[in-house]
Amino acid sequence: MCSGESKTNYQFPGTKVGRLRAVFVAPSATVMAVLFFAPLLIIVAYSLLSRGPYGGVMHPWTPENYRRVFDPLYGQVLWRSIWIAGAATALCLILGFPLALYIARAKRHRTLLLNLVMLPFWTSFLIRIYAWMFLLRDTGLINTALQELHVISQPLPLLFNTGAVILGLVYGYLPFTVLPLYATLEKLDPELLDAAEDLGASPWSALWRVTVPLSRSGIIAGCLLVFIPCVGAYLTPDLMGGGKTVMAGNLVQNQFTTARDWPFGAAASLVLMLLVLAIMQILRRRSEELL
Amino acid sequence: MYAAAAYLFLYAPLAVLSVFSFNASKVAMWRGFSWEWYRSVFHNEALLEATINSLIIATVATIISTAIGTLAGYALWKKRFPLLTNSLYLSLVTPEIVTGVSLLAFFEWSFRFLHVQLGMHTVILAHISFCLAYVVIVILARLRTFDPALEEAGLDLGANEWQVFWRVTIPILLPGIVAAALLCFTVSFDDYVITSLVAGVNSETLPMRIYAMARKGVSPDVNALSLMITAGLGVFILLAGRLERR
Amino acid sequence: MPADRGIATKSLSFQDEAPHWGSIEIQEVESVLELRALSKHYPSHRAVNGISFALQRGEFFSLVGPSGCGKTTTLRLIGGFEEPTSGEILLAGQSLAGTMPYQRDVSTVFQNYALFPHLTVEQNVAFGLERKRRFGKRDIREKVENALALVQLSGKGRRKPNEISGGEKQRTALARSLVVEPKVLLLDEPLSALDPKLRKEMRSELKSLQRRVGIAFLFITHDQEEALSLSDRMAVMNRGVLEQVGTPRELYQRPASRFVAEFLGGLNWLNGAGVRPEAVRLSRERPGDGSRCLSGVVESSIFLGNCLHVQTRLEDGAACVAELPQNGCQFEPGEAVHVFWRVEDELPVSGH
Repeated sequence: MCSGESKTNYQFPGTKVGRLRAVFVAPSATVMAVLFFAPLLIIVAYSLLSRGPYGGVMHPWTPENYRRVFDPLYGQVLWRSIWIAGAATALCLILGFPLALYIARAKRHRTLLLNLVMLPFWTSFLIRIYAWMFLLRDTGLINTALQELHVISQPLPLLFNTGAVILGLVYGYLPFTVLPLYATLEKLDPELLDAAEDLGASPWSALWRVTVPLSRSGIIAGCLLVFIPCVGAYLTPDLMGGGKTVMAGNLVQNQFTTARDWPFGAAASLVLMLLVLAIMQILRRRSEELL
Repeated sequence: MYAAAAYLFLYAPLAVLSVFSFNASKVAMWRGFSWEWYRSVFHNEALLEATINSLIIATVATIISTAIGTLAGYALWKKRFPLLTNSLYLSLVTPEIVTGVSLLAFFEWSFRFLHVQLGMHTVILAHISFCLAYVVIVILARLRTFDPALEEAGLDLGANEWQVFWRVTIPILLPGIVAAALLCFTVSFDDYVITSLVAGVNSETLPMRIYAMARKGVSPDVNALSLMITAGLGVFILLAGRLERR
Repeated sequence: MPADRGIATKSLSFQDEAPHWGSIEIQEVESVLELRALSKHYPSHRAVNGISFALQRGEFFSLVGPSGCGKTTTLRLIGGFEEPTSGEILLAGQSLAGTMPYQRDVSTVFQNYALFPHLTVEQNVAFGLERKRRFGKRDIREKVENALALVQLSGKGRRKPNEISGGEKQRTALARSLVVEPKVLLLDEPLSALDPKLRKEMRSELKSLQRRVGIAFLFITHDQEEALSLSDRMAVMNRGVLEQVGTPRELYQRPASRFVAEFLGGLNWLNGAGVRPEAVRLSRERPGDGSRCLSGVVESSIFLGNCLHVQTRLEDGAACVAELPQNGCQFEPGEAVHVFWRVEDELPVSGH
């Protein structure tokens, strides 16, 4: 009680908070205001304007752009983004769970194993996608090898389709499911599983009825960490999908460069952002309920 | 068993790429060992220029982000500033494409008054914007284990707040600051989406070059380059991890 | 003693501050630290509620009390780390109101020592001197060496805090705080982080250190044995209020309240009076010398090595603990005994 209060760190007495705010916080606050919020405000403004003759923006103000975003033509892009992201998330969970379980149950070197999972993520994302391209394309390793071995006569279309995009996303974000799953699984009491098996459950059923439900918070955290970036993905669908698989990110990028329809692009990007925030809120509320 | 397969999945593509970077042929079939592609990389002028650009951008962005991010993290540790915390968090979850186009729109709009063009400086500013949150997170995590009594001892012995900050807090925090800087550098060096939108014509970065080459087709130079970059960034990350643990 | 004093006065130049035992200098008997109606109120509770006492020069003063009673807050108020809600703190007659910790001529030894991990022992000790900018490099080095010698850490100066033991850390913290020659040294439970055996050793070292250096020590602890054995004077604090101030003997033998009586030692309530266990005697026969007497049944007899604690259940149901010499009469559980004590041993405190 009283000793707890004294152990809070020394706050500068009242008069010095001003200096704290000014010198320490101001630079970051300025950067955020000028380089994050101001741009967002501009985008909001643009999304309500009309397309200019040479690609810029001009009056009149109109909500037309938002209507177009939800047009079936473009609406399906949003929908595609959601289901691809969902598929990638599901696969990540399915593939990541056993791995996280393995690491959590490992007798030694747990941190090392965990770091080995995370390490690829921190090297270049672009290069990792390129590596898959190298393997999968028509003139890539897999096709060339199979042709040399006379297993196939024509190259398999492994790249430039939706499946490749999902593969790329899973490869890119798998570590992000392993981490939170590991965190929850590590805290699980192994005696619970022993008890379940004692009561006659098979290992498989014990897994389903004991381990998985208990690691719900980790599962939700993993969903959060994978689904959000996947929904807004740009590079992966662009390279792995060859531009044929259009997700929300590609749509936005396209409008700002090739199509030069900035207001529409702005509206689309804001819709994407709101989608991300909405999903985040839902998942966070779910995980809070668990706690 | 399963775990081994999983690790294989994670590392195989990069491993294969590394192996084939020494391949003596353009075709994806092993024809013998060669340093040819590495030589080609070093003679590729556009590639070298892009690399230098990336290094400059990453270095400047890292220095600035780390400096102001450390100050912000320290202030947040002492007193809550919910507006700042929430905006940093928001910048972290915003999709890169949204950040990118918003910055593009912002720069284009501001150029009406400033008479400047897109270039290295806009890329640097963009990178500072999204790196800041990473730095603050690392610094705050480090400060969680910092004993406030250390600062009080400094004050008690006659040092004023500034002196305590520079002579006590920062030296002890230094490993964390360096770890944040390394993280920042990695994130900045590898960025494609935001950079490609705000870079303009003359300031191509390495990721942009790689992207162009990847789109064109199998380009063994990229294999060699990939191994070098992966190794370099990998070392950085290992260093960062070591420092954070200390 | 003179030799110690010689070292102290030569190296740390306390001549201006410390009293000279037996010197002919006339010094004002002004207290070095005075608290007047000091209070610190938090929204949830009153940590310190109107306490007043004065610390004399060269005195070893302890502030004792249970956890959460406000003693650490009091220390922090004196050190300048918290602002008082009301009341005054006077250091050598001057008010400390509005001053920052680095402007106050007091030094604190923190509970976990707070040694700077990035500096060596020497650099830690030198820290306060370097801040003052009054001394040249050679002076600083000399003072640091003398301070380390004073706490018996010579030769360990080059080590870092993570390379020395707990006791050595504590001595480094002491050296660091003493080398800046404060008017008062504040010690926040400095011995509580040490293991029990080391604690007892450090106690006597601390006492002799204080004597040599001549600076007033304000010592915070929750251990009443420490306070009783170390202090020239002490105060018992409870829930933000001072229960009693005085010498250890005064507080132990003439406690002003039930709380003080029970906090400083064992206490039995016999016939409405408080009697210490060491004053209680047991006998199988009724004593005929006019001492107070009650009858009861022995419940347990615990051998503690240097004494015997015999717990008796009295007629009225109350329990009584007697501390008896271990080589005297032995009592078995179940025996009927007479409990007696002398009137003079009753403490002048009213029981409830």
